[in-house]
Amino acid sequence: MAMEVTQILLNAQAVDGTVRKHAEESLKQFQEQNLPSFLLSLSGELSNDDKPVDSRKLAGLILKNALDAKEQHRKLELVQRWLSLDTTVKAQIKSCLLQTLSSPVPDARSTASQVIAKIAGIELPHNQWPELIGALLSNIHQLPGHVKQATLETLGYLCEEVSPDVVDQDQVNNILTAVVQGMNATEGNNDIRLAATRALYNALGFAQVNFTNDMERDYIMRVVCEATLSSELKIRQAAFECLVSISSTYYDKLSPYIQDIFNITSKAVREDEEPVALQAIEFWSSICDEEIDILEEYGGDFSGDSEIICFYFIKQALPALVPMLLETLLKQEEDQDQDEGAWNLAMAGGTCLGLVAKTVGDDVVPLVMPFIEENITKPDWRQREAATYAFGSILEGPSPEKLISIVNVALIFMLTALMKDPNNHVKDTTAWTLGRIFEFLHGSTVETPIITQANCQEIIKVLLQVMKDAPNVAEKACGALYFLAQGYEDVGSSSSPLTPFFQEIVQALLTVTHREDAGESRLRTAAYETLNEVVRCSTDETTPMVMQLVPLIMMELHQTLEAQKLSSDEREKQNELQGLLCGCLQVITQKLGASEPTRFVFMQYADQMMSLFLRVFACRSATVHEEAMLAIGALAYATGSEFAKYMPEFYKYLEMGLQNFEEYQVCAITVGVVGDICRALEDKILPYCDGIMTQLLKNLSSNQLHRTVKPPIFSCFGDIALAIGENFEKYLMYSMPMLQSAAELFARASGADEEIIEYTNVLRNGILEAYSGIFQGFKNSPKTQLLMPYAPHILQFLDSLYIEKDMDDLVMKTAIGVLGDLADTLGGNAGPLIQQSVSSRDFLNECLSLDDHLIKESAEWAKLAISRAISV
Amino acid sequence: MPPRDLRRPFKRPAISDQQKRRELALLRQAQNRRDSQHQARHLASSVLSLQNQNTEPEAELGPESETVESEQETLSKDLDILQASKLKGSEARKWFARQLMLPEWMIDVPPRLNTDWYVFARPSGKRCFVVSSNGTTVSRLRNGSILHHFPSALPNGARTRDISGPAHSFCILDCIFHEPDQTYYVIDMVCWRGYSLYDCSAEFRFFWLNSKLAETGACDPPSLYHKYRFSLVPIYECNQIGLHTAYTGVVPYVKDGLLFYNKHAHYQTGNTPLALVWKDENCSQYVLDTDSNGQVPTQQQVVLDLQEDGRLTTSDDPPVVFGCLDGDFVQKSGLRPGSFVRFAVSDEGMRFVDGKLEMANIHYIGKANRARAFADSYSKVLFQYAARHSPLRFGDLIESVSSFSDLGNENLDVEMVD
Repeated sequence: MAMEVTQILLNAQAVDGTVRKHAEESLKQFQEQNLPSFLLSLSGELSNDDKPVDSRKLAGLILKNALDAKEQHRKLELVQRWLSLDTTVKAQIKSCLLQTLSSPVPDARSTASQVIAKIAGIELPHNQWPELIGALLSNIHQLPGHVKQATLETLGYLCEEVSPDVVDQDQVNNILTAVVQGMNATEGNNDIRLAATRALYNALGFAQVNFTNDMERDYIMRVVCEATLSSELKIRQAAFECLVSISSTYYDKLSPYIQDIFNITSKAVREDEEPVALQAIEFWSSICDEEIDILEEYGGDFSGDSEIICFYFIKQALPALVPMLLETLLKQEEDQDQDEGAWNLAMAGGTCLGLVAKTVGDDVVPLVMPFIEENITKPDWRQREAATYAFGSILEGPSPEKLISIVNVALIFMLTALMKDPNNHVKDTTAWTLGRIFEFLHGSTVETPIITQANCQEIIKVLLQVMKDAPNVAEKACGALYFLAQGYEDVGSSSSPLTPFFQEIVQALLTVTHREDAGESRLRTAAYETLNEVVRCSTDETTPMVMQLVPLIMMELHQTLEAQKLSSDEREKQNELQGLLCGCLQVITQKLGASEPTRFVFMQYADQMMSLFLRVFACRSATVHEEAMLAIGALAYATGSEFAKYMPEFYKYLEMGLQNFEEYQVCAITVGVVGDICRALEDKILPYCDGIMTQLLKNLSSNQLHRTVKPPIFSCFGDIALAIGENFEKYLMYSMPMLQSAAELFARASGADEEIIEYTNVLRNGILEAYSGIFQGFKNSPKTQLLMPYAPHILQFLDSLYIEKDMDDLVMKTAIGVLGDLADTLGGNAGPLIQQSVSSRDFLNECLSLDDHLIKESAEWAKLAISRAISV
Repeated sequence: MPPRDLRRPFKRPAISDQQKRRELALLRQAQNRRDSQHQARHLASSVLSLQNQNTEPEAELGPESETVESEQETLSKDLDILQASKLKGSEARKWFARQLMLPEWMIDVPPRLNTDWYVFARPSGKRCFVVSSNGTTVSRLRNGSILHHFPSALPNGARTRDISGPAHSFCILDCIFHEPDQTYYVIDMVCWRGYSLYDCSAEFRFFWLNSKLAETGACDPPSLYHKYRFSLVPIYECNQIGLHTAYTGVVPYVKDGLLFYNKHAHYQTGNTPLALVWKDENCSQYVLDTDSNGQVPTQQQVVLDLQEDGRLTTSDDPPVVFGCLDGDFVQKSGLRPGSFVRFAVSDEGMRFVDGKLEMANIHYIGKANRARAFADSYSKVLFQYAARHSPLRFGDLIESVSSFSDLGNENLDVEMVD
């Protein structure tokens, strides 16, 4: 039976730490001792109008947390726990919750509606609680205002929690009817109208069928548009949120309404309060996103069977849309460039203008140029900044031909502004615009170079000078230099125009990293990122200077390790700086390790560098530094078999990285590094394989590990097998069944969803790479016969991939390669099996007939291997 | 349900440098995985595929990069590696035969023999290419078939070896496998640790061979991971002493004639006059060609290549024409262009004017053994002819080196010795 929890719940929110702690402890005990009774008590507390609001709210919150969690595996546990509870207990809890919706206390109602939605999210997919929606809607018209409001709010949360396919269309119709009626202008209660409008936002995903019906759609659209004119700001804002959501979900249905929507949004942008105006701008940004996607996907070719049609809303609205957006640019806030959280009309408008330029290309230019020309020299900084921002925004989208002549004139002007303009914002935006010019109009793909021998020196001189300016401006200058360097990445090994300035650039960037205020505006990060890009794009001429950077950066990293007794804040900063330095060393290692002569010189630093990385690891207790791990991968690649000497010390961190389920990126990177080490050490990795394989197998069987890490683990099996050859024998009995069951599971994609198919293919590729590595590893060994029992299944997997027809090019290439590897390693013994498989005929022939060079290459190999296997 | 955050990235690049680093690392890893896979696969394709790996940038180093590239060109001119590895039967044999440097037979003494040439006693046995790579070693006969597949102490020649240098480095050696002592006698070095020696002079190749082979342990007696012993062949300057030592000196192998290598010549695939073979009864069991039963036929036999137009030619490039068959005869005998045809040469069957063949009197015997990959070379026919009639003798060789050793007065010396 339920026990008295009020006091405990209040104590759990006490100011006094000991009281609070004690109460939390009691709650925990209660929950562990008797969960049903605990949950009943909480729901009783929440539903009881005699109880204090604070204990009711906390009761609801704990209840909610007993049903859902962020981590996927924990969430599944909680779902199972709820489903296995006694039915009468659940019924009692649900009844309390529904009853709470009528409470006069708003917080209690609101909390209850969230908990109801969580339970619905669990039960509706299992066909439980079928009466819920009916019960909520039964007499909604007769309900008192506050109950109606709570009911609509519940429906909103419910639509957020539940997938549309578990609610049948009748119920969807009822929900939508109730919600849209609640939004209607005739609804006098603004609380109800707001709750209904917010509910619609979540219910839009359920309205697929209703949006195909002209009458229903017209009605919904009319009500939404009317709500944008409400006297209540929150309703207007929520209504615009609905419009934004509709713009992406029902783009193809918007045509009849777009003119009205333009009028509404344009009025809101010019006259309404900022939160509403921002949503109105977002509507157009969202339309741009849609049209950019469509145009990218179909390349503007809608002649025949393309599913989605582009309505060119942006192009049609252009003459009115652009002036509206340009106006917003003049509404900057002071210091917006120093405030990382800032988001205002000018920022949103400029961002939208950038998207418009990406959508329509050249057409935007003549509409923006007069604004730029008029404002760029005005005494008011707002006008100069707006003009510059407008220019920077339209640099991506229009053709270089359209922009080059303008840019050539603007370049000189901007270099001067960057040095001389008294205003920080103007300089910030000018430096950013230069970066955009270099990003989109400078590089081997642009025919007429905007950077010439004549202006290169001046540009670099100005950028380096500006790196001494305020942090936000200096950061943009670094960004500009980043893209300037990137534009020369294809100059080849010969000569880069940056060579004469290389030393100076590197020096300036290092100076920036040492600035006292480099922690502001991301400046230090930007400086290292730019340094990395400058190194990546450097040529042979400057190799000696890149080499000189090695001891320098190592020294910096060394210094971060000397600091002692750090506060948690300082520790975080140290950690960040170590990340930047490891990242830089990674880039340098990859650069210098890629060619033999530089690799040879670079190797003199390998020992010291490795010991630094190990010390970076040692700085932390349980986690592995991701950047250091990446850098070690590069180092293993550069050192080759000599990396063996680092393994005894490094191994524990490798293992730690593989165990890091929570930061799955770290885990994935570590798996990649295992591959690097396999290729570097070859069979010298053998002593470590037991540990590595154990961990990898554990990871695969865990449901806690993020799924994106699993494909690289399979590939890693292949790397290991290729490195240790027949020694992989002892892992066969564990790895093969896992590969086999994964292959069975992913022979077919579990849905038609693009994302599911993509993941399925990534996973298939991992499985196939494992098979390839294992076959090739066993080749020429007396133990090849051990693989024979697996051959039928593998061939079957290949056959089913071929039959499914949904593999991508990469899977096709890997799959046909596996066929070759199987034939190559098993030889004549597998001949009859191979000849029986569809893959060896139809699949192979199809691959041979394709134009894709990589697929063809693998297929040729398979053909050769099969012909040898069969002829034996 | 609070309002949603609709902030978009502002004045920021779309992708962080860290993400870029991650992606580049993944890209590199995928590329490296592909490379290792390729390597594993190509090893199986054929011995020749290994030459293809010269495209690896690591292999193109310093002063040798040019030679590697030019080698690439000559290879790709011939046949794509993958295509070549698919060839079968006589096609494959022809292709493989083109990869070895084939000495011409010495029909007269080349000038400057004593200064520009090396000499050594050729071991009797099977001429083959030995390739070590990726932890295994393969030997292939001149006709392309595999002789042995085994672990060796050559670089990358066995899985257990401590490999220094890049994992994909490989070696190609020109060897003769000598059955009696189960030893590969290395007569030339074509690639070493991934570096091509094709375009190096014989002088350099022999120097490199002598200094590099022993340090790998390849010359050690066989062991678990080193199945066959490799051995160097003593190579001499072609002066009087050198020539004499090569001819009479005791070697651990059965001799099959003497080989002469021009010091400045590159490793040239196919027939070359810059490497020569000479033999007599004292240094070879097989001076005169035998027939398929191992008997020396009473009349010299030659094998010629039947051309489209009925002409009969040698395997030389350009070919030398020995005669012509008329169309009726070709048809009656069931011959086809490209067939190798065996003829007998009567005792006075050839006449020479100024060292050039003027007339050949040959008689049709039949089609040659199908296993043959090529017709006889001009120099071989002439050497065999000379061996039956007026052989070039060892004394003649000694004479030429001693006469040429006194520079500046060659002709006079010749007369004086006479």
